[in-house]
Amino acid sequence: MKRYSAFALAREAFRNHSGWERAWRAAVPKDEYDVVIVGAGGHGLATAYYLAKNHGISNVAVLEKGWLGGGNTGRNTTIIRSNYLQDESAAIYEKARSLYETLSQDLNYNIMFSPRGVLMLAQTEHELRAWKRTAHANRLAGIESELVDPQQIKKIVPIINLDGPRYPVLGGLWQPRGGTARHDAVAWGYARKASAMGVDIIQQCEVTGVDRDANGVTGVQTSKGAIRCKKLCFIVAGSSGLLAEMAGFRLPIESLALQATVSEPIKPIIDCVVMANTVHGYLSQSDKGELVIGGGTDGFNNYTQRGSFQHIEETIRALIETFPVISRLKQLRQWGGIVDITGDRSPIIGKTPVPGIFVNCGWGTGGFKAIPGSGWATAEMLATGEPGVLAQSFSLDRFAEGRMIDESVAAAVAH
Amino acid sequence: MLKLTCPYCGVTGEETEFHAGGEAHLKRFGPGSGDEDFTNYLFSRKNPRGVHFERWRHQYGCGKWFHAARDTGTLEVFGTYTAQTGEPPADIVAKIKAKRPEWEGFA
Amino acid sequence: MKRLPTGGRLIDRTTTFDMIFNSRRITAHPGDTVAAALMANGERMVGRSFKYHRPRGIVASGAEEPNALMNMGEGEWLEPNQRSTVTPVVKGQSFESQNHWPSLEFDVGVINAKLSRFFPAGFYYKTFMRPRWAWKHLFEPVIRQSAGLGKAPDQPDPDSYEQFYAYTDVLIVGGGIAGLHAALEAGRAGAKVLLLEQNPNLGGRALVDVVDIDGKPSPDWIAATIAALEDMPNVTIRTATMAAGVFDHGYVTAQEQVATYTQGSDAPRHRLWRIRATRIITATGAIERPLTFAGNDIPGVMLAAAVRDYAELYATAPGERTIIVTNNDDAYRTALTLHSAGIAVPVVLDARPEATGTLPEQARAAGIRIETNAAIAKVHGKRKVTSVDICDHTGAGDVRETIPCDSVAMSGGWSPVVHLWSHCGGKLNWDEANAMFAPDPKRPPTGDDGEGFVIPAGSATGDLHATQALANAAEAGRQAAIEAGFTPSVGAAPLATAPTEYPMLPVWMMPINAPYKLRSKAFLDFQNDVKASDVALAAREGFTSVEHTKRYTTLGMATDQGKLSNINGLAILAESLNTPIPQVGTTTFRPPYTPISLAAIAGDARGPLFKPTRKTAMDAWHDANGADWEPVADWRRPYTYVRDGETKRDAVHREILNTRNHVGMLDASTLGKILVKGPDAGKFLDLIYTNMMSSLAVGKCRYGLMCSENGFLFDDGVVARLSEDSFLCHTTSGGSDRVHAWMEEWLQTEWWDLQVYTANLTEQYAQIAVVGPDARNVLESMGGMNVSREALPFMTFAEGELAGIPARAYRISFSGELSYEIAVPASRGQEFWDAALAAGAAHSIMPYGTEALHVMRAEKGFIMIGDETDGTVTPLDLNLGWAVSKKKEDFIGKRALEREFFHRTDRKQLVGLMPENPDDVLPDGAHAVEPGTNIYGQKNMIGHVTSTYYSPTLKHGIAMALIKGGAQRLGETLSFPLEGGKVIKAKIVDPVFYDKEGARQNV
Repeated sequence: MKRYSAFALAREAFRNHSGWERAWRAAVPKDEYDVVIVGAGGHGLATAYYLAKNHGISNVAVLEKGWLGGGNTGRNTTIIRSNYLQDESAAIYEKARSLYETLSQDLNYNIMFSPRGVLMLAQTEHELRAWKRTAHANRLAGIESELVDPQQIKKIVPIINLDGPRYPVLGGLWQPRGGTARHDAVAWGYARKASAMGVDIIQQCEVTGVDRDANGVTGVQTSKGAIRCKKLCFIVAGSSGLLAEMAGFRLPIESLALQATVSEPIKPIIDCVVMANTVHGYLSQSDKGELVIGGGTDGFNNYTQRGSFQHIEETIRALIETFPVISRLKQLRQWGGIVDITGDRSPIIGKTPVPGIFVNCGWGTGGFKAIPGSGWATAEMLATGEPGVLAQSFSLDRFAEGRMIDESVAAAVAH
Repeated sequence: MLKLTCPYCGVTGEETEFHAGGEAHLKRFGPGSGDEDFTNYLFSRKNPRGVHFERWRHQYGCGKWFHAARDTGTLEVFGTYTAQTGEPPADIVAKIKAKRPEWEGFA
Repeated sequence: MKRLPTGGRLIDRTTTFDMIFNSRRITAHPGDTVAAALMANGERMVGRSFKYHRPRGIVASGAEEPNALMNMGEGEWLEPNQRSTVTPVVKGQSFESQNHWPSLEFDVGVINAKLSRFFPAGFYYKTFMRPRWAWKHLFEPVIRQSAGLGKAPDQPDPDSYEQFYAYTDVLIVGGGIAGLHAALEAGRAGAKVLLLEQNPNLGGRALVDVVDIDGKPSPDWIAATIAALEDMPNVTIRTATMAAGVFDHGYVTAQEQVATYTQGSDAPRHRLWRIRATRIITATGAIERPLTFAGNDIPGVMLAAAVRDYAELYATAPGERTIIVTNNDDAYRTALTLHSAGIAVPVVLDARPEATGTLPEQARAAGIRIETNAAIAKVHGKRKVTSVDICDHTGAGDVRETIPCDSVAMSGGWSPVVHLWSHCGGKLNWDEANAMFAPDPKRPPTGDDGEGFVIPAGSATGDLHATQALANAAEAGRQAAIEAGFTPSVGAAPLATAPTEYPMLPVWMMPINAPYKLRSKAFLDFQNDVKASDVALAAREGFTSVEHTKRYTTLGMATDQGKLSNINGLAILAESLNTPIPQVGTTTFRPPYTPISLAAIAGDARGPLFKPTRKTAMDAWHDANGADWEPVADWRRPYTYVRDGETKRDAVHREILNTRNHVGMLDASTLGKILVKGPDAGKFLDLIYTNMMSSLAVGKCRYGLMCSENGFLFDDGVVARLSEDSFLCHTTSGGSDRVHAWMEEWLQTEWWDLQVYTANLTEQYAQIAVVGPDARNVLESMGGMNVSREALPFMTFAEGELAGIPARAYRISFSGELSYEIAVPASRGQEFWDAALAAGAAHSIMPYGTEALHVMRAEKGFIMIGDETDGTVTPLDLNLGWAVSKKKEDFIGKRALEREFFHRTDRKQLVGLMPENPDDVLPDGAHAVEPGTNIYGQKNMIGHVTSTYYSPTLKHGIAMALIKGGAQRLGETLSFPLEGGKVIKAKIVDPVFYDKEGARQNV
């Protein structure tokens, strides 16, 4: 892998950029791998990378039915935060956030992690109490996060309207080291480095069947032929249920469409990410200048990755109330992604009823921020065959036990 | 924005008039049921890409819960019908079979 | 001011007025677009590009314009990124070009252009990584500042917006000849028709490119057709209304520009149409494609059809010597138009080997020089075109000749506008002959019935020639009418006659073998500065999916969403990959077609109308008497009533002490009240509640809990049995709708054999709690029903009259005091409130708010849903096992509560806490820790505070908490480490802090 640097750019500039190589190899599937990961989104690629980096396992294929990073990795609103309430969530999201801090250097790919802060508004007394509780939990979990009052909020976000007639801003939970990153770059950066370490990333390769014998999984059937493997992991947000069905088990997941939109680019008006859960709106401004706006999920199972109008409408209303100066800006584009929602809206990382098959799914509306931590934990599980510390609470059997990891305790949505 | 027809009051309304309620025809496993049955009943909902039967409530209309047969991949609505039934009515099943010959049927 | 002697169909040349561009005075005619006026005033440079800050001029004449975007207006009227090619001029309006500093002419950001060789596609992924701090503190701030286009206003929006809901049989998008004729066909069939045109005028291209329709010149035919449509009551036409998005099941949004200039007017600025259409006809026309040659971004290089639009419609032109470059016959129309308007056309460069069609021959006959197999090697000029190097198209750019000129009109062929067709899943076919993606009529977007609901018409089908376009529009209009249930008339469609055109030659890079030097100056996306070389680089680096290329290079991600750039970009990608174009495919078309204002989406749901507030019958009284409001679900409730000189805390303590010592009043109307009635009502409630309700005697009240099927507590309240077959169930204020829906779901989908009706009566009653030792005295002095201890013991209710008002009095208490909750008809709530206040005056009655309510219930150890519960807490965790029936065979949650995990002794369980220091109040949500760390390396948290107050009654801080194994820890002292190293120690006590025996409420 040729290093990326300002020097390399300068050198290439004088030979018309003819020396740049493919970011990742165009791999042809081998007959057999130690590990086959289905899904080349952020989570799948990160898993492959940490398998190679942390565990020295690089005889790995990542199979992707479309183009890598083309699912929710390329459709989300790029928020990164770790100020979660429950211990196990805080642990994995904070692992992810801290890996994000050095990811550009680690991957030699500028993923533009930008810790400009995440502010979660409290607009009812109840919400304020929930953020207070979260702030205490975060401090004890070693996560930098604090409760801020309306005056501090006004300093952080000067364009905010604190005194909306309906839901005045009472305070907020501020995570100064949260922020955003360039979502596509996260997938591309992991793909490039994993590929350089020997991982085969195979695009346009759809899994059509799962092969198993009495002892468990033996391989997969794909649009590019059969591939044998010892371990198989599904990391396919939006299609988790379908693949599970193929392998003969069912996951506690429903697939819903999540809406998002961006405005036209304008000069900077807001630095941090603001989430207003009571009124259902959140926004940040990308480096390009677009306001990146997240909407809600449709209430019904939906596999179309299309935009619908009413959630965007609700979100935009909320945001204009909260940030009146955005009223005259224009909507540029809206879209939808399919999110996997579990019974407690927390993810599943764990074994399945079929020996050798593992899953990483159910990140709901908040998967992007978890990518490095999720990949780290999933790689550990695939390498050792058992979930490690970070993953163990997120096992599939928690639903049977009634051991919910419920973050909606603290927030109406888990973005 | 879906369009649905409430089988009770006959009104065709916007999606915003209705409230989606998840999988229809659930078989409830209550006290005395085994762990697996109970867990599956609570969490392992059908999630197909294709023909799906689901609950809706005419929330801002007559208030009745009803069922819809819908394709989650195309959003085609095959029909809506009363919730007071254990399985989809024969005419709707026939209609789906005609339109989706590959459909395995309600199970 | 420069105007052509002829032309100007849309402007009123007899009137002029001024507008302001970059502080300069610009003279305009009514009917001009801002872009037309700028052109007529000789303004060539109108903005700067996004990445390299290169000079940018007007390219197009419509919605596809990528460059001429303006900050319109000032102050609170400012609107950024206004597309000047579609913005009508208004007297006095000011416009500023964007993305430069300090000025359009001298922009320091142009340094980016000088360094552009270092900034190819995706360069930022390859650098700015070290030192690590520099991205956030150095590189990113600079990038952010130089990115973005216009400015946001810094004040709230003074304008108003509205929304229309429309239902129609046939929606037609586009008011060109195809849309107009389709409307006529569908309208004649009797269908309700709505026709939307994004421009202020109807007619489309046929106003400029005049053809003969049934013997009439097209402008006359258009006028006649409009007149015919206006006579039809079932046809509505809206101009300046852009169909923005097609959504599922035939839902369409459109934005109408009602008033461009609203200062001093009360007209809404935009109107958002929300349309349901049975069938949608997309007569959206086609967009001309630029050609990709070096220097194609220099101001003065324009689309050929746009050049003749400006000439014909606005009597202006981008220059006086215009070179035409084309791969098709259509651009010769521009040559002819300019020639006849007196503009010099030094040469038409035709990439094809020969040009012998009708239009080229007309041009030749007019004396215009035509060069075939000809291409532009390079355009010279910085802020405007000065000359053009011409070369063989099939070569590598060896210059044949340099021709001076001040403008270039280019045409790379046309692409049908397929956006609306595609939004909801309509598929495209590759048309090899015209080198374009066109709608595949066999794969339309499908609606709720599974049938296609969008029908393309006119040139939007890919049939660019007027004859076919009009013919297929007639067919589309009839088909839509039939499919919407109408019978169209039969008869011949109008016949359009226009010169035949010879085939175009697909040209993606000009010249074909252009070297890197030229490719790196040949722009695909003018706004985002994406060049042919960038796409090639992306392909080389493995970004081979069209979506990858788009994201890596930002091709098509500008505010025009790639209307000009996408097809050229993906053709270059295909060329780089050596793949056929259809195999590369397109990126996804997403709404809106062109940007719409956020304000229009929000409509009038702003300020007080943002979310309706539910108000109780006494709301106005509260507001007039010092209520400090708190939003509670959709309601607002007084948090406390602050008197002069008091803090909120003072007020709350006053209210508590007064209630404990004398008597207080609470507006409890927001509590949910659900009537459950029928022979099986008791049986049903036994399933809904964890405890037994069927055994409740008529006239009595019982506190009940509701669990989810997963065993978690989610609502609670007092149930009163009104009669043998009816129960009134109180719920939390936020829970009434949810609980009602919940009951209905179970009744209708699971236990439909039960004979039960439910009704949500929450707003039928005003409910007033009269609470405190003097409560009975107050009620007795109001006169009416017997409220004595004997007649109305604790946990019973009675019906009667109080102060002449029909009332139901419940002896229930959430404060531990002698307490009555009186329900009266909502319409008489204020009357009762006033009467109670008057009767209570002698007992120093005063109202109290939600905070006093909370403190008093915490003093009694009563749980509050949402505080002590959070969706993960069972009744057992809250020591409420007594309210979970062991006798009942079934209730919702029973099976879940049997799980072993719910009986573990180390679950978090409810405890009371008394801080060691009586003045300490534990902070909300504070966590208790034990020594050491957990498996994650976090401090060992064992639970958290759920409710915490200073109790003025006990003169001591009190709290409730959920603590691991709390039930076994009575008497232990816990540590709560706070911010800044402070630690509060608190002792675990019984959560009932006050009047443990319940003596005060049971009197």
